[in-house]
Formats: sequence, C-alpha cells, structure tokens
Amino acid sequence: MSDGPLVLGIETSCDETGIGIVRGHTLLVDEVASSVEEHARFGGVVPEVASRAHLEAMVPTLERACEKAGVRLSDVDAVAVTSGPGLAGALLVGVAAAKALALGLGKPLYGVNHLAAHVAVDQLEHGPLPEPCLAMLVSGGHSSLLRVEDVTTGVEPLGATIDDAAGEAFDKVARLLGLPFPGGPHIDRAARSGNSVAIDFPRGLTARRDLERHRFDFSFSGLKTAVARWVEARERAGETVDVSDVAASFQEAVCDVLTRKAIDAAVTQGIDDILIGGGVAANSRLRAMAEERAAAKGIRVRVPRPGLCTDNGAMVAALGAELVARGRTPSALDLPADSSQPITTVVA
Amino acid sequence: MATGSLGGVLLAFDTATPLVTVALHDGERVVAERLSERPMKHGEQLAPLVEAVLADAGAVRQDVTAVAVGAGPGPFTGLRVGLVTARTLGLVLEVPVYAVCTLDVLAVEAVETGAVAGRFLVATDARRKEVYLASYDDGVRVEGPVVTKPAEVASDLPVVGEGPALYPEAFPRPGGPTRPSAGWLARVVVEERAELLDPEPLYLRRPDAVAQHAPKPVS
Ligand SMILES: [Zn+2]
Repeated sequence: MSDGPLVLGIETSCDETGIGIVRGHTLLVDEVASSVEEHARFGGVVPEVASRAHLEAMVPTLERACEKAGVRLSDVDAVAVTSGPGLAGALLVGVAAAKALALGLGKPLYGVNHLAAHVAVDQLEHGPLPEPCLAMLVSGGHSSLLRVEDVTTGVEPLGATIDDAAGEAFDKVARLLGLPFPGGPHIDRAARSGNSVAIDFPRGLTARRDLERHRFDFSFSGLKTAVARWVEARERAGETVDVSDVAASFQEAVCDVLTRKAIDAAVTQGIDDILIGGGVAANSRLRAMAEERAAAKGIRVRVPRPGLCTDNGAMVAALGAELVARGRTPSALDLPADSSQPITTVVA
Repeated sequence: MATGSLGGVLLAFDTATPLVTVALHDGERVVAERLSERPMKHGEQLAPLVEAVLADAGAVRQDVTAVAVGAGPGPFTGLRVGLVTARTLGLVLEVPVYAVCTLDVLAVEAVETGAVAGRFLVATDARRKEVYLASYDDGVRVEGPVVTKPAEVASDLPVVGEGPALYPEAFPRPGGPTRPSAGWLARVVVEERAELLDPEPLYLRRPDAVAQHAPKPVS
C-alpha cells in the first residue's frame, strides 16, 4: 500500500450515491448505490426521487465502503465531497453528510468541484497527471474541454456545450429508438452491428463560421433533432427503421465532433496529453477514435476504466487526496452546495 | 429514557421549518440552544450551529452520547439535511439516534407552558396552500400527522404552530409556540414525552414526477 493521506470522498451530484476511499493515489474502495432504476420509468432523473434515494443510501453505503476497504471511519484523515455543480437537493444530502463526518471526526472538509474530480480520478489508474493536460469531460450533465495546469488550483475552461450535453443526446436518441434509459450503453451496443456511414448526420459547430466563435464549443441539439426527423420521416413512409444504422451513424457524428475538437484544442494549446472522463468516455467508439486520431498527431490519450468515468466517490476522494497532499486550504463548515459551481472553483 | 441516564450530552436539532434550531441537554436540563438567523439555509447553518452549541456548553464532540432529530413533517430539502446529519453523526460518533415527529415537539411545549390543555391541534406550513396537521389530547397525539387543505380541517379548537397566523379563517384560536425548538425536542426525548421514532423523514407527500408512457417526438 502506498503512503499518503486516507481520504473519504462523497458524490451525490446526480442519481448515484458514491463513496470512495483512497490512500494517496491508491484506490481502496469505490461503492456506488444507484437510483437509476427508480428513474427509468420517468425517462430521466427526477430530482426529488434522487434526493430521497441519497438520504436512504448514505449510511449503508458508508458502512459498506469502510467494511470493504478494511478501514474504520476513525482512521480517515480528511473528508471530500462534491459541492457542485449538480442537482441542488441531491448535492445538499452529500454535503450535509460530509460535514457530519468531518465534525464527528474532527478532520478537515473539502467541498470540491465535480468536474475537477472527474479529472483527478485518472491518478488512481495512471498515476500523476501530466501538467498541463487537456481534459475532455463528456457525460449526461457535461461536455467540456478544459486546460488543466494543476487540478488542485487551476482549471481553465476552453469550451463547453451550448445546448445539450453529449450524454443527454445519447439518452434522447435512445428513447427515440425505443432503447432503454440510460441510453449510452444501449446505443453503443446497437451501433456495433450498424453502418456508421449509412446516414450523414450533422456535426454541430464545425462549419467555418461557427468555428470563429465556437471553436471549442459543442452543440448536440441539432443532431438530436436531425435523428428525430430522419426516424419520423421513415416511420411516416411506412418504412422500417434500422436501429443499428441510426445508432452507429449518430454515435459516429458525436464521436467525430468530440475527438476533432479535443485534438484541435490540444494542438492549439501545445498540450501532449488528452484525458477523457465522464460517463460517455465509456463509449467504445469514442475511445477508439480518440486514440487513433491522437496518435496521428503524437498526442497521448488517457481514459480511466469505465467504472471510474461515471460519477463515483473515488474521483472525489482522489481529488481530496491531492488537495491534502498539496496542502490546500480546507472548506469551512458553512460550505454551501452550489448547483452551478464554476469550474474555476476547485475547492469551495 | 430516564432523566440523567445520558451520561454525556444529548445533541438535538430540527430542520423541518425554514429555520434551524439546535440544542444540547445534559440529562438534567438544556445547557445550550441556538437558532439560525437566515431562513432556508439548513445545509449551510446546521453544522456550524452544532459546533457553536458544543462550544457554548464547553463540550466536545466526544461528549455527545445521543442525537435527537425532528422527523418532520416539513419541507423536504431542509428535512433531509437534518436527517442525514443525524444519521451520519450517529454512525461516526457510534451513538443512538432518536427521532420525534416535529408536531409532537410543538404539542409538548404548548402543554408544558400552559398555553393549551385538553383537545387541540398542531398545524404547520406545508406550502402549496396546505398544512401539516395532527390532533392531540393533553399533549398525546391522537390523529395525524397528515397534509391537508386548511378549509377541510377548519376548527374552533386551539391550534399550535404557524397554522393560525397563515390561515386565520380556518384556525381562529391560536395558542402556544409557532415554531419547534430543539430545547423542547431534547426534553421530549430525555423525558420520553412522545413516541421515539427511527430517523425516517415524514414526507407525507410523494415526489412530483410523471411516469412516461410513450416516447415523445423530439423535433
Ligand atoms: Zn459527472
């Protein structure tokens, strides 16, 4: 076991109650209780349902995490928690639990940025982050390109989605194709037997005039609408829709834009390492395309394993451990949950 | 629980109303009590207030031998802050957690201070033009809690809580406290003056959510 502080991380920004425990860069446990099945019949995450589930899951998940990691709560050196961005009511449950732990243990509390935690988690898998690195975070809640100089202090936003998040587009297109929620894994699976050039779906914000203002920004709303129109037109004409071809062509359009812009940003910034995180990073086509295109430019790609890409407590603990190691100032006990915490605020 | 059986101190708090109330009880009496100043900031204020009452009483966290929390009913967001804090403190301090219906705390205070006697109601703000309501006989809950429209439960009985101030036509006879106090919550638990519950929130309402039946066209 490596040295370093024993840090417990809590993540409740959406529908998963995540508790992770790390020692330095070593992951000891990553426990997740998900309420995704309670949301499935609503076709999306219902904030009140998520908040109720967080309250019920918190103590059992803490207990399971400690047991599996073979640590006692009293051994914990610091507590980290996602303070934002995310669903306000859901964040609040995690932040209150983290404060109770910090207060009950007499240990420091770090309220951290969810996006910075998605970046820091890769240290558990691939060791210290290259500085600087270019992070692309893609999930149901975010689609961002970030320049990361030092994940504990400076994260500079280069671009973000101007409408839907990438994962949101996957969910909406999956629903349209009659695939279950959450859509990402189902589209990925359906796409494997489909033809990715069957339909030429639009690539948002890649036209020359869009690039002037939105070079590193994304837009997936037009793509989602184009898929809907295409499917509806076939249905009206009484034709059968080849779900795998639509899934593959849609996925290709998303991955094409994401990787093109990430590599353009890295080249422009003179950065040799791209880190991909967030739930959409689990997409097999995105990983393959990013690696192929980056290699052609001499850029390295780091992607944590899928379990660490989705929202989890380990990523919060990983960032917490780095904050402790670098001697950053902890948060105060009146720390608020901030549903729109800016990416430039790593510790609230 | 008999008086004085706590050994250390009981930490009590309630977050089922817009304000946060926190108190410390040493088994004999309430030794510290604080009330938040800003409404709807439960998440920010509860932990600092807990620290403050401990400091006020010259106590440390290791002195806490039990936690008491108001289980509501009340607005969900604040209610959850209290419950998750109580449960997590119980886990980390390895002490029992007791919950009491927030309306019961108001009822006991009203009876003990002589504000009401015999039959009365407790009604608090449930927003959306509704109240949380329970009925009592000599401080013992006989019906409720429920969430309901004031007009449907209009009564000439004395009514404790914010109900009469909000709906004077339905509840013309105000009496007793309008908001729960953690000091009284602590007394209720130490003296077992009301039913002690598991720390589960009394939501009384289902989440607002509509199940989806068919995929909607996106365009
Ligand atoms: Zn995320």
